[in-house]
Amino acid sequence: MGGSVEAVPGATRAEVCVVAVAECFRGDGERLCNPIGTIPMIGGRLARETFEPSLVMTDGFAMFTSSCLPPGVNPYRNVDGRLELDEVVESWNPYPQMFTVLWNGKRHVMMGASQIDRYGNQNIACIGDWHRPRAQLLGFRGAPGNTINHTTSYWVPNHNPKSFVEKVDVVSGVGYDRAAALGPRAARFHEIRRVVSNLGVFDFETPDHRMRVRSVHPGVSLEEVQEATGFELAVAEDLDETRLPTMEELRLIRDVIDPAGLRTTEVKN
Amino acid sequence: MPDKRMTEEDVIAELRDGMTIGIGGWGSRRKPMSLVRAILRSPLRDLTVVSYGGPDIGLLCAAGKVRKAIYGFVSLDSIPLEPHFRAARQAGALEAMELDEGMLLLGLQAAAWRVPFLPTRAGLGSDLLTAMPEIRTVRSPYEDGEELVAMPAIQLDVALIHMNRADQAGNGQFLGPDLYMDDWFSLAADRTFLSCEQVVPTEDFARFGSFHTLRISRLNVDGVVEAPNGAHFTECPPDYGRDEAFQKQYVAAASSEETWSAFAREWLEFESEVEYQKALAARRQG
Repeated sequence: MGGSVEAVPGATRAEVCVVAVAECFRGDGERLCNPIGTIPMIGGRLARETFEPSLVMTDGFAMFTSSCLPPGVNPYRNVDGRLELDEVVESWNPYPQMFTVLWNGKRHVMMGASQIDRYGNQNIACIGDWHRPRAQLLGFRGAPGNTINHTTSYWVPNHNPKSFVEKVDVVSGVGYDRAAALGPRAARFHEIRRVVSNLGVFDFETPDHRMRVRSVHPGVSLEEVQEATGFELAVAEDLDETRLPTMEELRLIRDVIDPAGLRTTEVKN
Repeated sequence: MPDKRMTEEDVIAELRDGMTIGIGGWGSRRKPMSLVRAILRSPLRDLTVVSYGGPDIGLLCAAGKVRKAIYGFVSLDSIPLEPHFRAARQAGALEAMELDEGMLLLGLQAAAWRVPFLPTRAGLGSDLLTAMPEIRTVRSPYEDGEELVAMPAIQLDVALIHMNRADQAGNGQFLGPDLYMDDWFSLAADRTFLSCEQVVPTEDFARFGSFHTLRISRLNVDGVVEAPNGAHFTECPPDYGRDEAFQKQYVAAASSEETWSAFAREWLEFESEVEYQKALAARRQG
């Protein structure tokens, strides 16, 4: 369900997705921008290289880094049989410290979602009953802690009725209905900001926090998005096409951030 | 200082069926694999394994040694899903306590600090609490009255960790980017056995790294095993990276009983760790 992809002058669908991801981090300022996955990483780095220069970013391992390693590049290089770090480190952030950062709240993570529902409940744990899963996936991982402690967005590279579902099998990441049920105090740090898929951009800026189409990517119709979604979407009054990358953004994506073109492995053209 | 040096087989002699064993490292990183391989060679069974899991949990599941797994995840990092663990979960072959990654840290910290639980917001509103009703909530006794998850202490009988360097008394040095939770594993356990790439004189630690790398104290270590290349096939930087080719072979072999038993014959059925390392060296020559 990739949709018919019209040629967008100068930009591919993957590059439109990268820009849509970058836009999720607009306004975050000096915060840990922690996108997970290839296109999220490229998008997060694009945001830092352009309109959000204060963002703090990780190398995906144990460091906050101000250099810009392309995704997929191991920060270690082999020097005479020993591994040495090859990046500009601004702070050491090993895993135990990462939990402190996320419980402290100055973080915006973008995670994947095997399933997501209209209130932003996300499942990465398993398909079927948790006690005897039909397919064990990643497990809860960091999703429960992330969603209840700081801003979370989601990236779904293959938008279809099996990923955008009426009801997720297991709630790993907490959605708006679950957060509301906890009451305002417990939910005060909960924010699901956006979902970006290969078809469009979605938010929860509706009175009851139902998922809303905010923009469709160029070459995708609203009908196509609705057909690929297992529940009824709210539609933004000012629904538009997702914006195209600027020439400078395209240059950064292609020449600086992702010269190996890994973005096309997640979203085909 | 005491001399706590021992062999993998000496460690196994200290373990019993039904024990709760914590395994340090993270995913497919700096796992005490020589000790895991020694458990695989042993008749030990019915284990509860606590881990930020990787091939440690996978291999122990494949060998039918795991009754219960307590984990933040089970992943091979560069290959996201551990095939043997998945198969075991999907067959209902083990009891699972599947935690948010941070909750597992809190469980170890609670055990280390000898308190019954630590409060956290993580887990609220998610299905983690409905799937595992044994994890309960607690109400703040202060004015806020907030309800929080009471992450229970995870008390370990034994912790197994792998360090880059150690002295014979059990002080451990990590030279890679991350200690992971190895300090907490050692503190949460009644007894800790540490394997390392190299046992060095205490005064030599400074040659390898600053004092910041000395994060495991002999206070919490009961045995030291010198195990060069002992984390194979997981990574142990800066000494070596992950053996990705071996890991791929491991995952491919898990696809059928036939290919797995061939893999087991070739790579698991050794008399000792020495034989395993010899076979690896021959493979590299090969």
